[in-house]
Amino acid sequence: MSGPSDYNPSHPALQWFERRLPILSFMHSSFVAYPTPRNLNYWWTFGAILSFMLALQIVTGVILAMHYTPNADLAFRSVELIVRDVNYGWLLRNMHAVGASMFFFAVYVHMFRGLYYGSYKEPREVLWILGVIIYLLMMATGFMGYVLPWGQMSFWGATVITNLFSAFPWVGDSIVTLLWGGYSVGNPTLNRFFSLHYLLPFVIAGVVVLHVWALHVAGQNNPDGLDIKTDKDSVPFSPHATIKDMFGVSVFLLLFAWFIFYMPNYLGDADNYIPANPAQTPAHIVPEWYYLPFYAMLRSIPNKLAGVLVMFSSILILVFLPWLDTAKTRSCKYRPLAKQFFWIFVVVGILLGYLGSQPPEGIYVIAGRILTACYFAYFLIVLPLLSRIETPRPTPNSIAEAVLIKTGSKKTPMVSTMIAIMVAGGLLVGGAQNARAQEQETPPSLKWSFSGPFGKYDRGSLQRGLKVYKEVCSNCHSLSYVAFRNLADPGGPGYSEAQVAALASEYKIKDGPNDQGEMFERPGRPADYFPSPFPNEQAARAANGGAAPPDLSLIAKARSYERGFPFFIFDFFTQFQEQGPNYVDAILQGFEDKPPAGVTIPDGSYYNKYFPGHAIKMPKPLSDGQVTFDDGAPATVPQYAHDVTTFLMWAAEPKMEARKQLGFQVFVFLIIFAFLMYFTKKKVWAEAH
Amino acid sequence: MTALWPFIHQMNPDASTIAAGAPIEVDLSPIADGQDIKVFWRGKPIYIMHRTKKQIEEAQKVPLSDLKDPATDQSRVKEGHDQWLVVIGICTHLGCIPIAHEGNYDGFFCPCHGSQYDSSGRIRQGPAPLNLAVPPYAFLSDSKIQIG
Repeated sequence: MSGPSDYNPSHPALQWFERRLPILSFMHSSFVAYPTPRNLNYWWTFGAILSFMLALQIVTGVILAMHYTPNADLAFRSVELIVRDVNYGWLLRNMHAVGASMFFFAVYVHMFRGLYYGSYKEPREVLWILGVIIYLLMMATGFMGYVLPWGQMSFWGATVITNLFSAFPWVGDSIVTLLWGGYSVGNPTLNRFFSLHYLLPFVIAGVVVLHVWALHVAGQNNPDGLDIKTDKDSVPFSPHATIKDMFGVSVFLLLFAWFIFYMPNYLGDADNYIPANPAQTPAHIVPEWYYLPFYAMLRSIPNKLAGVLVMFSSILILVFLPWLDTAKTRSCKYRPLAKQFFWIFVVVGILLGYLGSQPPEGIYVIAGRILTACYFAYFLIVLPLLSRIETPRPTPNSIAEAVLIKTGSKKTPMVSTMIAIMVAGGLLVGGAQNARAQEQETPPSLKWSFSGPFGKYDRGSLQRGLKVYKEVCSNCHSLSYVAFRNLADPGGPGYSEAQVAALASEYKIKDGPNDQGEMFERPGRPADYFPSPFPNEQAARAANGGAAPPDLSLIAKARSYERGFPFFIFDFFTQFQEQGPNYVDAILQGFEDKPPAGVTIPDGSYYNKYFPGHAIKMPKPLSDGQVTFDDGAPATVPQYAHDVTTFLMWAAEPKMEARKQLGFQVFVFLIIFAFLMYFTKKKVWAEAH
Repeated sequence: MTALWPFIHQMNPDASTIAAGAPIEVDLSPIADGQDIKVFWRGKPIYIMHRTKKQIEEAQKVPLSDLKDPATDQSRVKEGHDQWLVVIGICTHLGCIPIAHEGNYDGFFCPCHGSQYDSSGRIRQGPAPLNLAVPPYAFLSDSKIQIG
């Protein structure tokens, strides 16, 4: 790697080491003395952000693997137990799950930055191609990671994606069987995905080393697309770039922490809190937001094989970009036409992402085809043509000159870019939520004590809710991820250990076999889990007219509804994420004795205003006066519904109070840290500007 | 090249998976006219549909020229057992499970990407390229089939 190194260790031990392995001078020349263009803007900090994210994903991933069980029968439960029982397990899991989204967010910014400033052009072609390889590896890793929790979206996402390979003639089916290790997605599939999901990040790390190596050979591109010619054009990597990157990372961490501590399920899919069920396809299979544009292209092509080929080529075309765009001027800053087409391309990408989240019907299919054509036209027609017909504006003679002629107006593109990115992200996320929508009345938004950044569970409500569950719901619904001991956990209903032991002993728990080899019943202990009312799903199904009552442990997170534009954008700022509780509460109160005119309900079903399709197998469970509360709370259905929903929210998210509390501390720290970094950066860069 | 084969072939279904994929017998007598059941064979859902007269007639009178993947209804059922349609319930698009008795063709509707199949399990509308596959099966008696 290039860069003048005057590194000369003074300590004799270091000198001895240096003569045998010159790694210290290597590090010094690459990351300290390395000349970095002095005109870099903050878009260049995303390289450091990505390195940080990769390291974080590897660290959290290795830790999660210590607690995770890659088995189709146990995987879902083991992930839940990580969140519930492992010390700080909820934090590590949120970091890893949200981290994947943040990683992709950063990589998209990084790629668009490269596209805008022409970072793929000579002499950086290999650097760019290595980046495309990293991106492909990330997509494979992200996909396989999403399969591991073995929820409904995991399972069906895996089914849809592996089936892509069946489109290839002759060999397609053999490839798919090879991928599955069976005749359908199953345990062997999960096992190999786990193995590969563990392996690929290290492969990515290896390619990143090559990527950085190639970067240090070619030198960094910069907003003006000029080469470093004299010493005046550059500043040493440390402390200039290092401190700037630190500031960039700390601002990025603020966004990251917002998701980890306050909105951990905002980017996820409620269906993935339902364990995988090979007999039931979710109504809408939607990939994670970062694959949506490619999913849209796949679906907009009417022929299956052609659709798959178009999707793969949409990524592979990036490899050929350096030879498609042959314009000599690198940066779009000096290419008036290319600049406009770039922003059109960004919008095309965002709209494709939005379409990927929509059902493939009517206008969406037509729009998908037009936008797919636009996507390819940008690479195959616009860029080659522009390189021939466009007259670029004159570039400054040197980076130093470019820095000097900067005026106040340079801030405008930054602002418009920020707005574009915000709208983009908002649309994508909103689209993802739209896709899960059902055509039905939206449950009313209720007031919950646990909403917002400082929300806590109402202890009285939790205790009353537990009573409603015990006396009513538990006759049909299990609560199998909640143990009696959890009732004494901090942030829970607040019972003492003695109260919990007494409560547990009221239950009969099946245990054994004993010395005679027989199963027996004993009183419950705090360590036992709430027993299920039915021995298995088939029995539950048979006793309830064909519909098995779902387990309630996660129900408050496994149900959701459409928020619609523009509410999903506000939701990000107001931390609204109570769709699940609103829905559960609405279902409990949504029963009507007679369906409205024109609606027929099959025999054995009941009309419910808020249930998708309105025909629910559960009869009206609650009626006034059914449960008496000791604390004088009214014995009414709205009160029951509110309390039991609060209890079920706690059952689904027992660590919420700890999460929000730690979140506040982290935010205070990060804000102070970001300010310190900012002012340090200003000081370091004072003489460079 | 041959040295690579063990490293690739190990990914294929193992002996126990293959053994578990042996043929199964299904009793048809409890399935009433117009009803269907779903059984699992090799981890795949198999729809066994007891078709009504109306469904059979609809399936038989469609001209082959209207079909994306032309096949007569006769070729998709066993002779003399016109009322029984046995198909693998996996959408030929991307592998979701279609819902029986839904859609515009009295057959199946796939909730994932909107493919619609008729009462013979043939693709009529949507992105799926092929008809629902018919698994290998044979009638052991009038009310019993063996799948596999």
